[in-house]
Amino acid sequence: MAADSELRRTPLYDCHKQAGARFVPFGGWEMPVQYSGLVDEHNAVRNQAGLFDVSHMGEVIVTGEKALEFLQHVTSNDVSKLTNGKAQYSLLTNESGGVVDDIIVYKRGDNDYLLCVNAANTDKDFQWLTEHNTFGVNLDNVSQQYAQIALQGPKAVAILADTLKLPAAKFELDEFPSFTHQTFKHNFGNGEVEILIARTGYTGEDGFELFVEPNAAPVLWDQLMENGQAEGLKPAGLGARDTLRLEACYPLHGHELADDITALESGLAWVVKLDKGDFIGRDALAAEKESGSRRKLVGLEVVDAGIIRQGAVVTDAAGNEVGEVTSGTKPPTVGKAIGIALIDASSAKLGTNLLADVRGRKLAVKVIKKPFYKRGN
Amino acid sequence: MSTPQNCKFSKDHEWARDEGGRVVVGITDHAQVELGDIVFVELPEIGAAVSKGESFGTVESVKAVSDVYSPVDGVVEAINEGLGDAPDSVNSAPYTDGWMIAITPSDSSQLGELMDASAYDEYVAEISK
Repeated sequence: MAADSELRRTPLYDCHKQAGARFVPFGGWEMPVQYSGLVDEHNAVRNQAGLFDVSHMGEVIVTGEKALEFLQHVTSNDVSKLTNGKAQYSLLTNESGGVVDDIIVYKRGDNDYLLCVNAANTDKDFQWLTEHNTFGVNLDNVSQQYAQIALQGPKAVAILADTLKLPAAKFELDEFPSFTHQTFKHNFGNGEVEILIARTGYTGEDGFELFVEPNAAPVLWDQLMENGQAEGLKPAGLGARDTLRLEACYPLHGHELADDITALESGLAWVVKLDKGDFIGRDALAAEKESGSRRKLVGLEVVDAGIIRQGAVVTDAAGNEVGEVTSGTKPPTVGKAIGIALIDASSAKLGTNLLADVRGRKLAVKVIKKPFYKRGN
Repeated sequence: MSTPQNCKFSKDHEWARDEGGRVVVGITDHAQVELGDIVFVELPEIGAAVSKGESFGTVESVKAVSDVYSPVDGVVEAINEGLGDAPDSVNSAPYTDGWMIAITPSDSSQLGELMDASAYDEYVAEISK
């Protein structure tokens, strides 16, 4: 990990400082972990709205005649299903079916795609894509050219419409469905700004992710905060982002996703399209599908008093090691200690009683259904 | 929150208060702010021996787990059972409802080795720079 002095700052650093953020190093960046408090921010996202700086995320543009064929080769989902203006959750898989990264693929136009990748993986992913570019496509790491802001929560539509001075109907789901994106132009007083807005997120709530040039990011952030104030919008940090995604059971690379955990073990069969044709890792994943996965990601509820966290060893009642916790805490909306663990398929049945070793204490845990939280309609 | 004058303080951000010969221990306001929202406190059994500078329990915030260190040698005489249902008392009232354990000290002179309120305030100001 880079020393503090080498940490990068997003274009919104001053906005966070002003809002009283506390910062932590994350993926080589100095990022706000919380402002008013993790629980307060978490609850704002569930009940009103929260604003996240996700400018640390990486962006790669793929263009060229064979852009589609290239993406079909390096990702596990079926990119041919994407039409202009659509977005798709997908994986960069390795030869053994492990996950190099989880990404979102945005189709911007014919032979023109934008990939959004994890901050800590940006360089690794770009290198991976470059190495596998036997298709002659253009790969452009444009991470420096985009700031990214996530507006998440039930009030997101109202706040975005107010900020862009547009009717709310334009942002309702029938006009602007999940996993689609649109480009807007808006003048905040300093010239026209182009904003790519996607109906995507990582919180389990409705919301948007806004891509904008770095210079325009602070004014966009401030305008959103100002217009959202009456709706209860709060700036939210990485701490709340983690508890929100954990309740919704969205996997996090480095926890539930890794080079040595296969996409099927991670429970992502829905983005592994074995019938789309060949792609990196397809053979391994097809074989695993045939024989059954050896391990599985499960939800755990902690029965005893205590908290389980990444790395806690899980054993069965007889004391045999069956796996390891990948994420865990006592998140605010769920209100009880829960976690996700990667365990042997034989111990993965709902209701199975297991033990998690927390600093020498064996806490009783039970396999429960995922996700822990699902948004009501 | 002002630092209470009737407590002594460790560099690990525990407070210790002499209450008629027994030493009541908790974590400071500065510590609870740093930790964030506390969701679980693990305490020792009554009767357990504790040693100055050694961990007697853990505090779990939503984000992370931290050890809590004993400011004196002694034996645990009482634990705050109320933290089982209300661990957030450590956030809302670190010096009162959020107390953790009461110790019968084996060497009461050890309290004198800790910082007083103004020295602790200076210490926090120094490390927060």
